[in-house]
Amino acid sequence: MEPTAAPPAEYAFELYVTGATPNSTRAVRNIKEICEQHLPGRYALRIVDLYQEPQLAQEQQIVAAPTLVRVRPLPQRRLIGDLSDRAAVLAALGLTPAPPAA
Amino acid sequence: MRANTPTGAVALPQLPKSPTGIDGLDEITEGGLPLGRPTLVCGSAGCGKTLMGIEFLVRGIENYGEPGVLMAFEETAEELTANVASLGFDLGALQAAKLLRVDHVHVDRTEMEENGEYDLEGLFIRLGYAIDSIGAKRVVLDTIETLFAGFTNEGVLRSEIRRLFRWLKDKGVTTVITAERGDGTLTRQGLEEYVSDCVILLDNRVIDQITTRRLRVVKYRGSTHGTNEYPYLITEDGISVLPVTSLKLEHKVSNDIVSSGVAGIDAMFERGGWYRGSSTLLTGTAGTAKTTLAASFVAAACQRGERCLYFAFEESPAQLVRNMQSVGVDLAPYLAQDLLRIDASRPTLNGLERHLVTLHRLVTEFQPHTVVIDPISNLISVGSISEVRSMLTRLIDYLKVHGITALFTALISGRDGRHEMAEEGVSSLVDTWLSVRDLEGIGERNRGLSILKARGLAHSNQVREFVVTTRGVELLDVVVGPLGIITGAGRLAQRAQALAAVAAEQQALDRSDRELERKRRVLEATIGNLRTEFESVEEALRRARAAQEGGPADGDAATRNEEGLGPQRSA
Repeated sequence: MEPTAAPPAEYAFELYVTGATPNSTRAVRNIKEICEQHLPGRYALRIVDLYQEPQLAQEQQIVAAPTLVRVRPLPQRRLIGDLSDRAAVLAALGLTPAPPAA
Repeated sequence: MRANTPTGAVALPQLPKSPTGIDGLDEITEGGLPLGRPTLVCGSAGCGKTLMGIEFLVRGIENYGEPGVLMAFEETAEELTANVASLGFDLGALQAAKLLRVDHVHVDRTEMEENGEYDLEGLFIRLGYAIDSIGAKRVVLDTIETLFAGFTNEGVLRSEIRRLFRWLKDKGVTTVITAERGDGTLTRQGLEEYVSDCVILLDNRVIDQITTRRLRVVKYRGSTHGTNEYPYLITEDGISVLPVTSLKLEHKVSNDIVSSGVAGIDAMFERGGWYRGSSTLLTGTAGTAKTTLAASFVAAACQRGERCLYFAFEESPAQLVRNMQSVGVDLAPYLAQDLLRIDASRPTLNGLERHLVTLHRLVTEFQPHTVVIDPISNLISVGSISEVRSMLTRLIDYLKVHGITALFTALISGRDGRHEMAEEGVSSLVDTWLSVRDLEGIGERNRGLSILKARGLAHSNQVREFVVTTRGVELLDVVVGPLGIITGAGRLAQRAQALAAVAAEQQALDRSDRELERKRRVLEATIGNLRTEFESVEEALRRARAAQEGGPADGDAATRNEEGLGPQRSA
């Protein structure tokens, strides 16, 4: 669990990872960087280790790992992978890089 | 190991198997699917792959106490539950009882985007959690190939699927993986490469507008299995793979004799009927009283208190009962006592296999001693001759193994009908073959019955004429005329002639008797005349002699009288 504002944050993400596998750790690092860079203070990020909470895999329809779910704003969007393609992640999450050169 | 060494010839451990509980499949696979290993079930659309998977789970829970997990990639749990409810599978209740878990895996490429490296560990966790939460022993993945539509990175997908199967094996769960059949390959994505333990192929073929589903075990590593294509059906009770033709002919035989129901026919067999548990074929052209003979047979069996199952493909039960009453065979009381069941349906109602399954089901339910199918020839309308033949082979085998006496009637057409049946080859399957046919003469038809074969029974070689009377079927005595056996009007003429001859002979006899009598009377009259004549001659002679010798005596008297008279006169 990462910093969460008291009122519902503008952006809410859930990242489902599988322990400390290379893909998972990379994904965690990447999403954190993106959020800090583009949405400082405006986001809520929840990182779920599926090994710890396996029942969530079914509930959230997780197949691939890691999976990033953009819970807010709607509609939900899903990204699978270690999120290493930064530009594609931003596009997919609707975070058009305000300063074009990041 | 050590314990094994002394004897040497010990049975090697068999590959452990997990019985599916699916009707017939366990026989083909000789015990079930490989325990703790994955099995691939592939087939085209509408084959019943999903159903087979679900039945495998449900039977596992109900019959073998093994909880199961169904991972559905195509349909949701609700859809699946609704789909199989008609088969009596209550997935909802099983889930509530924690014996079954249905997990619908929803994968849609439009809803997600790939970014960087990933694996399918999420799926493993899901499956692992589902398995562990209920202690599942059986898993069904239906249809895992859907994943190929959801993910673009085929390399990852393939290695993950390979890893999944390995992982399932390590977990020791018996898995059924369904897959759509591909073009020229067993599965679209070549899953058969990964599942190498057991592959079952389902096939759905339409030939002459009739669908037949067939199942084949393509491969079963470490085990023998039936290699043929076996028809199977999706029935009200799930999948039913048709009970295989028994591979060996080693059923028990009975030495008892059962009556044919017609005294005259019984008399044609040396032992007064045919063997219990044997199969009899009754062939004949139209209107040769095949059904009547079959009904007589049934009535006789019911009279002995045995249960009979009558499959009528031509008449409704009511019609059959009515028609048989007209010839003195009353089936109604047996129906009332539930000794007799009549199952009437049009042959075209179902495919051959379904008929066979219906038959099996009824036989299992009712446990009859006698089964009659009237007629089997109608089944040809729903299948090719070779299919009918194979169905009948299975049927006859099945009945024989269960010691059920069977009678089949078959309609043959035309004069060369016998060849037709020979082609069908049923005759070689049955033990006794009776033939009824028209013996057509001048202006009339008569019915003749003969025994073409009777395995293990001495029997008459004559064609016997029979008539259907209000008291049933009656065989007439054999009449041999100058040109062979005589029937019908010829028989009547022959009899009239014989009667006339007898009468003429009697008359001639009477006449000669009378002649004799007359002669005797003439003789006696003549004798009487002669005697009278003789007597008168004799009298005359005696008289003459008396006149000669005894004359004085007489003359004296006369003279004395004359003398006496004189004095009287003179006095």
